[in-house]
Amino acid sequence: MIGYYFRLALASFRRTPGLTALMVLAVAIGIGVCVMTLTIYHAMSGNPIWWKSDQLYAVTLDNWDPNEPSDKERPSLPPDQLTYRDAEMIWSSDIPKHSVIMFRSGGILSGQNEQAGFDPVQVLTRVTTTDFFSMFEVPFAFGNAWAASADRGPEPIMVLSHETNAKLFGGQNSVGRTIRWNDREFRIVGVLAPWQPQPKFYDLNNGSFDEPEEVYIPWKWGETLRVDTYGNSSCWKPDPINSFEEFMRSECVWIQAWVELPDSSARERMQSMLDAYTDNERKAGRFPRPRNNRLTDVGQWLKDQRVVQSDNRVLVGLAFAFLAVCLINTIGLLLAKFLNGAALSGVRRALGASRRDIFTQHMVEVSAIAVGGAVLGLAFGALGLAGIRALYSITAVGAASANAGYRGLAHMDLSSYVTAVVLAIVATLIAGLYPAWRIGRLAPAVYLKNQ
Amino acid sequence: MLEMHNISKIFRADLIETHALRDFSLTVNAGEFVAVTGPSGSGKTTFLNVAGLLEGFDTGKYQLDGSDVSRLSDDERSRLRNEKIGFIFQGFNLIPDLNIYDNVDVPLRYRRMKAHERDERIKSALDLVGLGSRTKHMPSQLSGGQQQRAAIARALAGDPKFLLADEPTGNLDSLMARQVLDLLEQINEMGTTIIMVTHDIELARRAQRNVHVVDGQISDFKSYETRATEGFAAAAAP
Repeated sequence: MIGYYFRLALASFRRTPGLTALMVLAVAIGIGVCVMTLTIYHAMSGNPIWWKSDQLYAVTLDNWDPNEPSDKERPSLPPDQLTYRDAEMIWSSDIPKHSVIMFRSGGILSGQNEQAGFDPVQVLTRVTTTDFFSMFEVPFAFGNAWAASADRGPEPIMVLSHETNAKLFGGQNSVGRTIRWNDREFRIVGVLAPWQPQPKFYDLNNGSFDEPEEVYIPWKWGETLRVDTYGNSSCWKPDPINSFEEFMRSECVWIQAWVELPDSSARERMQSMLDAYTDNERKAGRFPRPRNNRLTDVGQWLKDQRVVQSDNRVLVGLAFAFLAVCLINTIGLLLAKFLNGAALSGVRRALGASRRDIFTQHMVEVSAIAVGGAVLGLAFGALGLAGIRALYSITAVGAASANAGYRGLAHMDLSSYVTAVVLAIVATLIAGLYPAWRIGRLAPAVYLKNQ
Repeated sequence: MLEMHNISKIFRADLIETHALRDFSLTVNAGEFVAVTGPSGSGKTTFLNVAGLLEGFDTGKYQLDGSDVSRLSDDERSRLRNEKIGFIFQGFNLIPDLNIYDNVDVPLRYRRMKAHERDERIKSALDLVGLGSRTKHMPSQLSGGQQQRAAIARALAGDPKFLLADEPTGNLDSLMARQVLDLLEQINEMGTTIIMVTHDIELARRAQRNVHVVDGQISDFKSYETRATEGFAAAAAP
């Protein structure tokens, strides 16, 4: 019977093409808006390293002002970065399987000589310990990460991002080549495969959806070359800071620290070590606030750092409210359409159709509208996302990295398609329940005489 | 056999109650051709709707072919209607966007018949009414008489025991009306019980029995000829 009902639905659409198109359009617009906002929300709220999220922990210690928390809106949280010396202490611990301390900086890449083949280019640079690559499972296209010893040396070696290698060397294997980073020569030991974690969970300071850095150099180059941070640095203590060395010794926080703790035992030992460390430092006059040392897994870290802004949640709510308005309109249109065909339903009732038959027939018609709405809604959603991508591609050049990140978010994936189809069908079927029920309950005799 | 005992049907709208049927009792035997006459608003169509299970009733008892219909669910009533009753309407009530074949197919679909059985029945019914060569025609491509014959084919396709006709010639000219009447008589001779509501004197005359309804009650069970002799016009006066 479903096939028969589907044929009847097609006949009904041919009978009232305008009304049908209007209903499909109403559903599609609502679905398109929902899919667009949900796609972005889904990408924003995703955990890009979910498979080991419960083994990776951001390390935070509360060294802040005794009189006020580092973030008045979230007073229970310690600062989201560490001082240089606290970061060094964490790096020196042998409890974690891996540990990363790092900060974001920048420099000028240029050829070894005039014949290098490319013009000098400014690049964002991550100054990091080598565990960054293994801990965050960063994929390599060519070469490898540097050895741990290179961090302390430090050795003049570097890793390029996929995009930088493509820009400078046309995507060829550049491992072994030497280029200059600012005034110093570095040998390329590795080139990454395309890698863009969204959100950029390991350092959310300059935009949760920034692209990863273009160049990676060993940790101790930061100290050796007195490399300035391009990220955030926050200070609370009015100590004089007149040199890089004073900055390193200050209570300013600017280093991100992550550890990989494979089990709860390692986690407990790490927590104990942190507590013992800060208790000891407190005796020396540091850490004036109550003990608040945290190991935060990736999922909680993204929540604590409010990667998904409340604005986005409001936007999703508004999108669903808009969908509800579209569906209410659809209910009205369905009622008008079905009641217009009440006489035909009366005839069918007289010929032996039960109320259930009439209800099912009309729900099949609603389903066909839902499928049409889903397909068109997907198209509208894709159009809207294309609009967002276009919008971010023409904004200020200074925000290029963040914009690229947002452009990356505005893409439909399998979950978007599934969401659109399921949402359209479920929502439209719900919208069709009342009109279909209503038409099934009409007294057929009234319409038979009047037809 | 159709048996109604003391059926009453009241339509309520705000404070107004309309007694469409009052203590309405009627028995129609298998194979009868009964005409139901009466002035406008007398309850003829209400009787037909109740008899055809399109409307319920307030009090009384109704047995259709041995089944007490008063306690049946909607599904059961629909099945009974589909299997036992065929309807013919004054306005034909063909579905405009289905061709004649598909129109006749409608009641068979609700009986969940297999395709080949439906096909046989549709062709047989259309042949019976002389429309075997018009299966692909849309209703709008047929004359009024042909449309009514298509409607009769649709009513007959399910092989019902009862044919309920509401003013079947009301929208036809006299020639076409006669053809439809001949067809109904032919169907009745084949064993189908026919109950026909009509204002048409000729139709009423040709029925075996005439039931005259006034104010929701049966006033007379006699044949048309008898009633005509006794003063039909006086009895029919509102």
